[in-house]
Amino acid sequence: MPTISSQPGRLEQGPDRLRITGDWTLAHHGALKKQVTAWRQQRGTAPEVDLAGLAALDTAGAALLVELIGVERLQQVTDWAPDLPQAKRALLQTVAEAMASPLTAKQRRVSPLIAFLAQTGKQVEALWQQQRMLLAFIGLTLATLAATLPRPRRWRITAMVAHIQQTGLNAVLIVSLLTFLVGAVVAFLGATVLQDFGTTIYTVHLIAYAFLREFGVMLAAVLLAGRTASAFAAQIGSMKSNEEIDAIRTLGLSPVELLVLPRVLAMMVSLPILSFIGTMTGIFGGAVVCTLMLDISSAQFLAVFERDITLRHFFIGLAKAPVFAFVIAVIGCLEGFKVSGSAQSLGEHTTSSVVQSIFMVILLDAIAAMFCMEMRW
Amino acid sequence: MVSGDQAPLIRVRGLLNRFGSLTVHENLDLDLFAGEILGVVGGSGAGKSVLLRSIVGLHRFDGGTVEVFGEQLDRLSPRQRSEVERRFGVLFQRGALFTSLTVQENVALPLIEHAGLHRHDAEHLARLKLALTGLPAEAALKFPAELSGGMVKRAALARALALDPEILFLDEPTAGLDPIGAAAFDRLILTLRDALGLSIFLVTHDLDTLYSACDRVAVLARRQVLVADRLAVVEATDDDWIRDYFHGPRGRAARGTVQPPQEA
Repeated sequence: MPTISSQPGRLEQGPDRLRITGDWTLAHHGALKKQVTAWRQQRGTAPEVDLAGLAALDTAGAALLVELIGVERLQQVTDWAPDLPQAKRALLQTVAEAMASPLTAKQRRVSPLIAFLAQTGKQVEALWQQQRMLLAFIGLTLATLAATLPRPRRWRITAMVAHIQQTGLNAVLIVSLLTFLVGAVVAFLGATVLQDFGTTIYTVHLIAYAFLREFGVMLAAVLLAGRTASAFAAQIGSMKSNEEIDAIRTLGLSPVELLVLPRVLAMMVSLPILSFIGTMTGIFGGAVVCTLMLDISSAQFLAVFERDITLRHFFIGLAKAPVFAFVIAVIGCLEGFKVSGSAQSLGEHTTSSVVQSIFMVILLDAIAAMFCMEMRW
Repeated sequence: MVSGDQAPLIRVRGLLNRFGSLTVHENLDLDLFAGEILGVVGGSGAGKSVLLRSIVGLHRFDGGTVEVFGEQLDRLSPRQRSEVERRFGVLFQRGALFTSLTVQENVALPLIEHAGLHRHDAEHLARLKLALTGLPAEAALKFPAELSGGMVKRAALARALALDPEILFLDEPTAGLDPIGAAAFDRLILTLRDALGLSIFLVTHDLDTLYSACDRVAVLARRQVLVADRLAVVEATDDDWIRDYFHGPRGRAARGTVQPPQEA
């Protein structure tokens, strides 16, 4: 217990025995440990000691005394130091009791090479398991959807609308701003390259192709992957660690039907709408740059657009949106279900949901682009 | 253990706590003396936990004074306050172990941060504290999620004891433990109090804990401490709530099996 006038503890070699004086407390732990270690290296344990000069004592100091004097000798402290106050004797005995069995559990040592190989193996297997689990979860979601669709009474309209508001309506501003800016940048890029060929007018085509086919849906999807997948993972994850998911199960309800379906369906409504908005604002951003900087008037922009750009590009772009939405929402929910109790795990799975869903969006988009190229769409 | 003439470690006077229009405490007085185990009981919603949180400075109360070691925590500079806070340990109801650290890291954290120990020494001491609270050596390297409820309580107690506090606050330490585990925990509290010279502020619902471990009992009801005295005196108090509490079927059962420490 700390006292005001603290005298650091000391070991003093008396004529016949070792004298222990001063405060043996946590505050002096470093200095005391050095003295005890030095003593023990020279002469081993010191069974014959004089504790009369001992001032304050706490568990940290008691632990050092146990190391110095030995467990067995201290357990009989009452016999050889009857003058010591009862409280200190009790403390020394309790600590000696606790240190009687080894404090450190045995750990198996593994060579670094084997540990590295084992870790690599674990990671690869975890990746494989993750993909399997994702496929299984997609299957489960679709099966639940199929079971719920013919029963309108089990449709969770309210939850779905709430999620549409959170994932869709609340993201409109940020999606429009982002695509507008990217549209302007694409127009600048196109103009810089095309000017050398004297074909600045093709900037219109560049913007139209880029946004109708790829950027509108891509930017909206990546943004929602960051914004919504993480939110889904965190929502479901904290429900999981609070045992709410278990409660849903024991009430005879399906967590997939209750939590996953409204989120997935809401995303499949939100993302196509956001993609459409993103496409429009992106093209608008390009058009603004064309009008202000490139001397392509808005009438000319629209005329070229109408003459050369077919509706097909718009449909190709928009067709990808529900697929991306489904993947993002399912990954977000699945990562939420994988959370296991700790705050660390919640953070890991939230991060993982964003990384995975962005990766999947870009992978699927690349596959779709190659498919369209081969089909000459 | 109980001595009336010395100054109390904790002195609560005229405490007032309001949540909106709901008054939880009004004109509440309470003392904790050195070396005693004070049990605080009261119905659900009587404000036991709020009282504990007001004393340790986690809840800003609306009026009155709370002195811990003769200091008013809310008037101290952050530095002085941290120094006082090191002199008490708190065991939260659900343990509140840091889930991202192993058990021994949980206990070693205050030792590294406040006592400035090296990691190796701190973890050695942490393992000692864990052994003191009766946890096996294997538990030290586990994460809190891998422990049972009773082990979490013990590990949290070890963390509360990390800096050798003078006062220990326990918020329902035996809630959620099986009767055997709860009885073992009661004995552990007594042993540690005797060995480490602790004073313990114990919020509980557990009548067995009251009968087997507490020196004094404070009854919290109707926004005040109705009575704070030895169990025999509290039991004999003429009040409807107290009669229902101590002389209900559970109270009779607890009293029948365990001898109060005063008479033992």
